[in-house]
Amino acid sequence: MSFTVPANLEAEIDELITHYPVKRSASLMLLHALQEHFGHISPEATQWVAKKLGLQPINVHELVTFYPMFRQTAPGKHQIKVCRTLSCALGGSHKLHEHFCTKLGLDPHAHGLQTTKDGKFSVEFVECLAGCGMAPVMMCNEDFHEGVSNAKADEIIGGCR
Amino acid sequence: MSAAPTTEVKPAPPAIEKIKVKVDGREVEVPKLTPDWQGKFAPTTMLQACDIAKKDVPHYCYHPKLPVAGNCRMCLVEFGTPALGPDRKPVMNPDGTPKIAKSPRPAIGCATPISPGMEIYTSTPGVKQMREGVLESLLINHPLDCPICDQAGECKLQEYSVDYGQSASRFVEAKVHKPKAVDLGPRIMLDAERCILCTRCIRFTKDVAGDDALGIVNRGSYNTIATFPGLPFDNNYTLNTVDICPVGALTSKDFRFQMRVWFLKETKSVCTSCATGCNVLISSREEKIYRYTPRDNDAVNGPWMCDAGRLNFKWIHRADRLKDVLVRGQKSSWTAALSEIADKLKQAPAGSVAIVASARQTNEELWLISKLKTKLGALSDSVERTGDADKLLVSADKNPNTNGARLTGICFSEMGINLPKIAAGIAKGAIKTLIVFGEDVTKHGISTELLGKLDTLIVSDILPNATTSAAHYVLPGCAHAEKRGSFTNTKGRVQKFLQAVQPQGEARAEWDFLHDLVYNVTGKNGFLTIEGLFNEMAKDVPAFNGLTWAGLGDTGVTVKI
Ligand code: SF4
Ligand code: SF4
Ligand code: FES
Ligand code: FES
Repeated sequence: MSFTVPANLEAEIDELITHYPVKRSASLMLLHALQEHFGHISPEATQWVAKKLGLQPINVHELVTFYPMFRQTAPGKHQIKVCRTLSCALGGSHKLHEHFCTKLGLDPHAHGLQTTKDGKFSVEFVECLAGCGMAPVMMCNEDFHEGVSNAKADEIIGGCR
Repeated sequence: MSAAPTTEVKPAPPAIEKIKVKVDGREVEVPKLTPDWQGKFAPTTMLQACDIAKKDVPHYCYHPKLPVAGNCRMCLVEFGTPALGPDRKPVMNPDGTPKIAKSPRPAIGCATPISPGMEIYTSTPGVKQMREGVLESLLINHPLDCPICDQAGECKLQEYSVDYGQSASRFVEAKVHKPKAVDLGPRIMLDAERCILCTRCIRFTKDVAGDDALGIVNRGSYNTIATFPGLPFDNNYTLNTVDICPVGALTSKDFRFQMRVWFLKETKSVCTSCATGCNVLISSREEKIYRYTPRDNDAVNGPWMCDAGRLNFKWIHRADRLKDVLVRGQKSSWTAALSEIADKLKQAPAGSVAIVASARQTNEELWLISKLKTKLGALSDSVERTGDADKLLVSADKNPNTNGARLTGICFSEMGINLPKIAAGIAKGAIKTLIVFGEDVTKHGISTELLGKLDTLIVSDILPNATTSAAHYVLPGCAHAEKRGSFTNTKGRVQKFLQAVQPQGEARAEWDFLHDLVYNVTGKNGFLTIEGLFNEMAKDVPAFNGLTWAGLGDTGVTVKI
């Protein structure tokens, strides 16, 4: 499979590596850089990082699967992140998550990130988004929403269409 | 192997200071330093001290031959150290004993070094409660499928559950289901639900086998042992992970679902697939061998063995094994065949007999053959077998007893140099009788045509080949698992092995019929048992002087080669 990293990105990555006393420590930064560019971390990207840092692919794969923020497949165009940490959990975030899932035809009980078939929406739980006073709190891509009722949720989905 | 033989010499271990600690109230003296997984001296841990005090501390992730990880928490114990006053002097109890300051927190025994005067408590109610807690949490997502699990019967999760487990689960939530029957590599199957994430397999594979192939993927209760997708777990040591996996997560594809372990009879033996001679246990039931597993011997293989050696036993049960004594193609009896052979050999003029023995035979057998050789003035040799070596165990010499063949005088340091001479002798008609043990000489320069020129071809082997088909006398022999004997490994370690299963058909252990033959030909008597034979040989072969069968013990003795 052909996986090519553009020259300017590779230059950026090579520079990133110099920030760390041990090459391996740059793993996360490299993954972020690649995800920012490609939208997700493919197995080829993982192998590329491993090779770059002189590691085995499994060493990098462990990180990619550990952090939910790394996507192993392309996520939806609109990424809905519902906070489930304490305040939001008490404030009804599970209901909100369920609402999104039912609305978008996803399984509210499945673990991890789910994407609609048309690739438009992804829904997932995340941990505290630092808006605890206004639970339940969520993000849609880079936009932050507080005190999200079901009606507001529908509005957010509507705004994305 | 033509490399110069070397005897392994170990330097005497340095004197280690001893310190006194108390385990459950009993004072023990333990060395301050203990060899770690690489054999380097490191501070003795509480777990090792408890071991010396014969107090069992349950543990999962700790393994004496792996780096310490300290992740399972099963080995938690309570402890205290002598209290110091403000003057940094020990505080004394009224009765003059040092006052012990008990640590408010427990510590893991596998990673906490001992200190002088330390007291370790392994059987307090607190420790018991911690073990129960750890076990309960390990079992939260466990599938409890012992009835179909290969590990059942030798599973640490089962064993500790008997000691510290609860009969009923308090877990009412939905269990996390992880992948079952994951094909990790050509020889290994993983059941991720049974895994307790002790990382023994990862550490072995990375630090001992030197192949950083395994890791833990996903997070929290979804944690799973895995390889990188598409990269199979395939080095020559993968099956050791099955041995060290404390539970039934890693299973051997070869042994999976074949036999419940409690039915297996275990026999102490050695691997015959190379000159390293890893110590093994042969597990068998009703004359069938089910598996080899490594047997601890720090002088040879530690607790490991290679996959190739471990799986190289299937041929023992091959249907085409030689099972009958054959005289010129006709079924015969041992008595008839041996007395005919003895008569022929007694009449053979000096120099007219040659012998090709095998470096897969035992010391005792080779020694008996060397007696024949001397009596008959025969030319003898054996066949070299080489392959790749690796950094861990595997030797380039694929014969298990090259040194035995050298020390008994069957061959020279350079094995095989007499074979062309034997071939030439047959071609010239000077050699009329050839005795072959366990080798197909047609593959080593003595062609079928040459064999056709012989007056007498006496062959003992285990499986049929071109040489056995050409033989006038076929004497069916035994696999090492079917007899007793000893080998001398590449470093000069003389190691004995015991009999696991019965010989097939009429087959007899080579040493056993060789004894009869040698007696008939040379008139020398003695030794009717392997013990007696070994001891007799030890007196006769200078390198073995002073050895006794009993003295070899389970792990052998190193001699100068
Ligand atoms: S597979 Fe076995 S050895 Fe490996 S981490 Fe799991 S329990 Fe431990
Ligand atoms: S290293 Fe040699 S002796 Fe050891 S198991 Fe492998 S083949 Fe057998
Ligand atoms: S708990 Fe949801 S934002 Fe902090
Ligand atoms: S054995 Fe000590 S933490 Fe696992």
